[in-house]
Amino acid sequence: MRSEHRLGFFLLLTPLLLWLSLLIIIPHVDILLVSLRERVGVGRYEFSPAQYLVFFGEPLYLWTFFRTATFSIIATVITLIIAFPVSYYIAKIAKGRTQSVLFLLCLLPFWVSELVRTFGWMILLRETGVFSNVLQYLGLASGPVEMLYNDVAIMTGLVYTSMLFMVVPLITTLESLDDAVVEAGYDLGGNALSVFWEIIIPHAVPGIVSGCIVVFMLSLGNYLTPIMLGGKDSLWFTELIYSQFIVRFNWELGAAFGIMLLVLSSFIVWIMLRLTEQTLEKTMGS
Amino acid sequence: MIQSIPQPRFFRIVYNSYVFLFFAYLALPLLVVAVFAFNDSQFPSLPWDGFTWNWFFGSERPMIGVFHERSILRAIGTSAYIGFFVSILSVMVGTANAFLFNRYEFRGRSVLYVLMLLPLVIPGIVLGISILVFSSSLANYAWDTLEWDIELLRPGTLLVILGQFSFITTIATLVISARLQKFDRTLEEAALNLGADRLTAIRTITIPFLMPALIGAFVVGFLMSFENFNTTLMLVGSDAPLTIAMFDRLKEGSTPLLNAVSLMVMLGSTALALIMIFFQRRD
Repeated sequence: MRSEHRLGFFLLLTPLLLWLSLLIIIPHVDILLVSLRERVGVGRYEFSPAQYLVFFGEPLYLWTFFRTATFSIIATVITLIIAFPVSYYIAKIAKGRTQSVLFLLCLLPFWVSELVRTFGWMILLRETGVFSNVLQYLGLASGPVEMLYNDVAIMTGLVYTSMLFMVVPLITTLESLDDAVVEAGYDLGGNALSVFWEIIIPHAVPGIVSGCIVVFMLSLGNYLTPIMLGGKDSLWFTELIYSQFIVRFNWELGAAFGIMLLVLSSFIVWIMLRLTEQTLEKTMGS
Repeated sequence: MIQSIPQPRFFRIVYNSYVFLFFAYLALPLLVVAVFAFNDSQFPSLPWDGFTWNWFFGSERPMIGVFHERSILRAIGTSAYIGFFVSILSVMVGTANAFLFNRYEFRGRSVLYVLMLLPLVIPGIVLGISILVFSSSLANYAWDTLEWDIELLRPGTLLVILGQFSFITTIATLVISARLQKFDRTLEEAALNLGADRLTAIRTITIPFLMPALIGAFVVGFLMSFENFNTTLMLVGSDAPLTIAMFDRLKEGSTPLLNAVSLMVMLGSTALALIMIFFQRRD
């Protein structure tokens, strides 16, 4: 590299390194270190796995951890199932203006903050809410029905709030599927089902993977939706992290929880990438 | 299932109704939020007590509208302030990153690229606590060794800006890189042949070409910052941005005031998003 070139290179490299080291790498090493210490006196700490022992020794923590993971996986699968036909419709069946309008209609709700979306669900689901009143009006319920503060409400909110992150990558990959390939499938004697399984789904894998990764991450790390729709006993893992940090001021245990959440999310993302033979660069970087 | 393949009528009807139901489902929560902003009652729920503008313009208790509610207005200001700085910073660092990955081959490039993507797969709340713990470590260290009390490293606006910047930069980098990859580098070379120096060539040729992506990254960054909750929750100080302020109120019980604020946020972000899409389309 010429010297002018070199200077430019280092000028461009510096902000990247500063950002990644000061805001991503060092802080995460720091919570790892904090999670591995135990308070032994005023301002005195010792290296110890005590926090992790607390985590693995307390059934409530473990239960919340697995519950959050399972719910996030279920939410991801439901989101995929609901989003796929719609994405296919927008990418392949709708044409021209309809296509762009439908795509835009999908995007717009998600530029509104998650808080507002969740608030909308609260208005719909609560005891004095819209659904309860409609049911009573139709004579399907004799009194007010509380649909808020249960697991179904949490699931509804999670699926709704991450829908966009499934729809967009699916539309992008499905659009790149050539109609001629689908036609060839039928010409070669395939029926709707075999064309779907053997042509459309394999082609959509990169979109499915990136959509699933993002939706899973968003569900796992979600705090607002489980708290607002699930109420005080929603047993969501991020709530434990929040209460250790902000309410009980036990940063060591909170940090250990944070590390566990990070390990879980990285593990599941890694599994998804391995199973589908994708890489992070390919699924996220495009 | 494409237009050239005929499908049974029944299947088409079912499919079309499904898509219709899907859009109804998308619109429903937002619609009720908007409608109840005009309910002349203390609660954003049925029964409908008549239409009113008071939740926007009312100035007397018990119906103080958005425009007379100081704390909400201040929170909107805080959010806009944070969003502005987060977007400016992310677009600057994102542009540098895009040029770095687009123009240079160097050792460790692919490792750095994966590291650059990493913030996308770190839960927001973990990003928040890690920055909180690290900045507190720094602040405690400064206090223990030098007896400096660095107020800026305690939870507050600066930390919120840094926390949001830490992952919005990745988005900005991806948006700007996508456009830079489409750039025809011979245009830059032509400028160099015509006697421009490198910086002039980049300033007059490449940057104008990138402008739609820069504006796009700025708007996306602003909207993401404005609606961010998880990372912000862990880093917020006494000066709460709008999402946190609304969350605190919602916990105490809601009045249609929150619907009115939400409706304004909806209209604002939709307008911004549409402007951005219009800009991207134009070229």
